[in-house]
Amino acid sequence: MTPDAPTPRLVAEDIDLMRGGRLLLAGVSFRLAPGQALILRGPNGTGKTSLLRLLAGLIKPLAGRLLWDGSPVSEEPDRYRAALAFLGHHDAVKPTERVARTVAFWAAQADPREAEARAVLALDRLGIAHLADTAGRYLSSGQRRRQALARILASPSRLWLLDEPTVGLDTDGVARLERVLTEHLAGGGMAVLSTHQAIRLNGAETLELSPFVPEPLALDA
Amino acid sequence: MSRFGHLVARDVRLALSGGADAGIALAFFVICVTLFPFGVGPEPTTLARIAAGVIWISALLASLLSMDRLFAGDYEDGSLDLFATGPLPLEAVVAAKIVAHWLVTGLPLVVMSPLMGVFLNLPAAGTGVLLLTLLIGTPILSLVGAIGAGLILGARRGGVLLSLLVLPLFIPPLIFAIGAIEAQIAGLTPRPHLLLLGGLLALAVPLSPIAAAAGIRQALQ
Repeated sequence: MTPDAPTPRLVAEDIDLMRGGRLLLAGVSFRLAPGQALILRGPNGTGKTSLLRLLAGLIKPLAGRLLWDGSPVSEEPDRYRAALAFLGHHDAVKPTERVARTVAFWAAQADPREAEARAVLALDRLGIAHLADTAGRYLSSGQRRRQALARILASPSRLWLLDEPTVGLDTDGVARLERVLTEHLAGGGMAVLSTHQAIRLNGAETLELSPFVPEPLALDA
Repeated sequence: MSRFGHLVARDVRLALSGGADAGIALAFFVICVTLFPFGVGPEPTTLARIAAGVIWISALLASLLSMDRLFAGDYEDGSLDLFATGPLPLEAVVAAKIVAHWLVTGLPLVVMSPLMGVFLNLPAAGTGVLLLTLLIGTPILSLVGAIGAGLILGARRGGVLLSLLVLPLFIPPLIFAIGAIEAQIAGLTPRPHLLLLGGLLALAVPLSPIAAAAGIRQALQ
């Protein structure tokens, strides 16, 4: 590493990932420094979601290590969890909860101080401020996705793990996501995301997962 | 408010806004108790003899009624993923959800129980102790039920499985609670029984969240 490059905060070393009795990925390694983003790419079933769930601490690696600030995540999981925000396939929308309340709740779970203010700001940035008092059951899938992204934005987390964040979003939604992500990175944040859609993100590196697949994939027709 | 407090408030709010959810356990309790006079006949001495047992078993079944949904909703909509990757330890999340469950289902049963005692001709001397045993006992039911709820996550026909797993564990609190009430009615001190019941609660408070959280982590893998 060159001396003037920023020190990586998240480091994956030779990670092997096993799912359902099958070795999905072998020897995945990458480094992520403040201000950097990593875009995971690969055909369906390569293991993008599983890798993101592993990075979120939901799945344990079969082998290899994940380091946060130089120390293994498995040794200090609480410190790592305090720094990350995770967006999965599901949007965690409750049918009866109003949008503003849901986002404020998750913002408060991330950090109870001034959670409401951060939530209001996030709704505005994602273009759903007018839905603040709408119950979850009346949201379209794109609006649900925006609410889920607002939850991420309202958390003070440094590391964003986003699994297909663009799914369901219209062009305005994707543009807002790009803007929000760019600002997050400019502020010293980090992001790992998977997407099939083209996303404009300056300085983002792409990690193609296919080379880490240990055997030919039997893809569904 | 702390993260824990926000979570309790959210779960109570969700249970109450779900409309029927909160009332169902209480309605079940009342109906279940009401069935017994029809089954065994309305003779006052018979009813007085079985009153404590009927009320306790009805309370026990009523608190199990909504138990399989304790984590299931959050599991299905992805909220549990977020709790598992959030800063609040999963054990504390589980504890908060148990507190909310007790407030919504356990506490109304306790409040309603003296009326059910009158209904079944429970000797007046036993009413105070009945209240006390339910006050100590219903939290045990919520705590132990939560272990089962964590274990059945993702299983098919989880509700039935939950009853089979958890009902045998309800035997010790049932024995001590009935022992206390009968002792009081017989003019003896209920103290040893109440102490044993309190001991069970003291055991369940720390152990149940740990066990339930372990079950949830397994389900999220």
